[in-house]
Amino acid sequence: MSIVSAVLPCYAADTAGVCSALYEMGGMTVVHDASGCNSTYATHDEPRWETVHADIYISALTEMDAIMGNDGKFIADVTAAAHDRKPKFIAICGSPMPMMTGTDFDAAAAEIEARTGLRCFAIHTNGMNDYLAGAADALLAVTQEFAQIREKAKGIGVSILGATPLDFGLSGTVGSLRTWLTENGFSVVSCLAVGQIDLEHAASASVSLVISQTGLKAAQYLHARFGIPYVCGLPVGTLAPVIADALRRSAQTGACAFPCAMRKPGDHVVIGEGIAAGSVAAASGGRVLHPLACAPQIAHPDDLHVPDERSVKEALEGLQPAQVTADPFYRYVLPKGTRLNALPHFAFSGRCFETEIPDLIGRACR
Amino acid sequence: MNTQYERPPFIRIADADRTALFAEGLEYNTPARGMWNIVHTGMLLPGAHQVYACAQGCLRGVILTAAEMNALDRLSWIAVSEQDLFDGTLEQSIIDGTAEIIGRLPRRPRVILLYLSCIHLFAGVDFPAVIDALSEMFPDIHFTDCYMTPTMRKTVAPAVKMAEQLYDALQPLPVNGKSVNIIGNDRPTQPDCELLRILRENGFTVRDLTECRTHADYLQMAESAHNLTYLPVGRQAGETLSRRLGTKHLHLPVSYDYDTITANYRVLCDALAIPCPDFSADIAAAEQALGEARRVIGDAPVVIDYTAVPCPFSLAEMLLLHGFSVQCVIADSAAGEETAFDRLAAAAPDLLICQAVNVNMLHAHESASGDALCIGQKAAYYFASDRFVNIVMNGGFYGFAGIRALALAMTDAFLHPKDRRAVLRHKGIGCESCLS
Repeated sequence: MSIVSAVLPCYAADTAGVCSALYEMGGMTVVHDASGCNSTYATHDEPRWETVHADIYISALTEMDAIMGNDGKFIADVTAAAHDRKPKFIAICGSPMPMMTGTDFDAAAAEIEARTGLRCFAIHTNGMNDYLAGAADALLAVTQEFAQIREKAKGIGVSILGATPLDFGLSGTVGSLRTWLTENGFSVVSCLAVGQIDLEHAASASVSLVISQTGLKAAQYLHARFGIPYVCGLPVGTLAPVIADALRRSAQTGACAFPCAMRKPGDHVVIGEGIAAGSVAAASGGRVLHPLACAPQIAHPDDLHVPDERSVKEALEGLQPAQVTADPFYRYVLPKGTRLNALPHFAFSGRCFETEIPDLIGRACR
Repeated sequence: MNTQYERPPFIRIADADRTALFAEGLEYNTPARGMWNIVHTGMLLPGAHQVYACAQGCLRGVILTAAEMNALDRLSWIAVSEQDLFDGTLEQSIIDGTAEIIGRLPRRPRVILLYLSCIHLFAGVDFPAVIDALSEMFPDIHFTDCYMTPTMRKTVAPAVKMAEQLYDALQPLPVNGKSVNIIGNDRPTQPDCELLRILRENGFTVRDLTECRTHADYLQMAESAHNLTYLPVGRQAGETLSRRLGTKHLHLPVSYDYDTITANYRVLCDALAIPCPDFSADIAAAEQALGEARRVIGDAPVVIDYTAVPCPFSLAEMLLLHGFSVQCVIADSAAGEETAFDRLAAAAPDLLICQAVNVNMLHAHESASGDALCIGQKAAYYFASDRFVNIVMNGGFYGFAGIRALALAMTDAFLHPKDRRAVLRHKGIGCESCLS
């Protein structure tokens, strides 16, 4: 059965996740899709588009090139643009049409790399999955490519993983998180993927702090490759000291921790991305509804997966919560009498409530 | 400014091949959002509900277009998954999904605009069978096949097809010889133009979807004996509607060339068997406004982009003839403007043409002087100018009155700079927006 929605929006797609994750890294990202399809990302999924200018382009795929399998044009166009733009690296990814025609993106990347002399890699998207998948794969790819073994940072060095505007807008959450870490005795050695990124230092951290599932694969890689443990959670409200303790303990023991999966009782429901929504619920009480895929270790057993409008509605009808913390567009499916505590999510409502996205760090959770 | 580039974004008109101004390549998206898309156009139809069956990446843009218009309740969707593409359920999942959506809507729509995407066409979906099945299930609803197929843009341009399908729900009525439709535009035609004056003075009722308030108003358009189009995007819509209803189509293309405008009106009057008036007063008014604009704007550089007017080269030629310092036309093609292009190439060989989507335009605005008078949003963005005429698709301007109105708008734009960032981020000029 297809996912159907009468009124709720869908989340940003995997291709947007790739572009958002790589936006500030100095590379060139190319989505192999039709002309104009980059407007969706540039308008609705990228709040930096007007102010920070990145080499994010579309291949302008045509019917004839798709039918004829003319990947040579795609490779030549990327090569020409790389010549003109001189990026640090090139990432290419796909959309539904190349998926149907079976474009070999790894081969295309190898060909582009040979022609340009620039590192080029493929992120395997098809425009049919949500942003978490694309952003997670993109952050994993650049971490594998560029994170190097370096001397460990003094004290407890932390890598922030999963920071993109798709989850936090431009509300200041990531800046406040840096401040919070510093005030709690940690040093920030890298941040994927906004502001001062310092990607190559990611492997010199003592512990990674994963604040969205977009950073989970990179964290798992750093754990497996460099033995760096990770903590999943956002230091919101009363969860902040728990996360600070977890970071210290993980740095010491090497064990990973998942404070975002803690729950306490309450007639409250939180809907959103697994780590952020879980952290809010861990701080304020209540249950979490996951409209997006959620890794098992991130979720609590009482959480519910709600992949479509019908299941969100049914879950809320069943739970009859006193209040729901969610993006304002979820107002369309709230049971009568349930109060909405608006927490706009850029990956869901785009620009519609962008000025109302809060700085979550230190925010008193109701 | 071009020498270091393999794909330069600028070319002198004298050096350009008008059949292919620029090499195709990767494309950049300008943060200028005033152009309409198929969602904006579909919303023109009173009583219609839009349903999109697409991949998530394609859905996102249309959904949030509706959301920003405060019209989320007029659009629904069905996500296409990989599974749908190979398990033989492509058609059935669209039928089932649409039926489920109709069941959840608080009101029964009169028309459903059902949009399929590139992958459906590529997979050979039987769209007529889908429409037939739904029409049988819901006989009180008219289902119109619509297309979000940008990959097929060279064979079926999405905007052209959308304009065409907007009139699909019109059913034949007894023909009224004194009723005329204006077809294919996205906003009302300026009320003071000669076109409307001629029609009004000769007793014609003018119908236009952009001025229909109810579904009944829309359906009444079927009685018109003549369908007029003046925007290139609407031409196919006019032809198709006229063929289907057995009425007449007249294409009177927007132009900034006085002879062409006069010729258009002669064609109109001949077709309607009415006398063609004298336009000398209208021409004089246009000339006066252009003279005043030239006096105010002086030698400031003028930049024209194709999103503002469908015939930027015709406009550039007219402005150059009136003494304006036109320096650049932003256009990816010169199709339909071959004559004006050739005259310009001879008369103003140094006029620059700029490729709107060129990747090397990414930082162009950072080095722009900001002193240009721009016609159109892309021009305003790339040339970093707050002095711009904020229109798309000719802004409802037509004829000599259109030239006068544009000249007045240029003067106003020069004297009263706009908040460029705020204006350019508003999606769909003229549409409601939750951002403002």
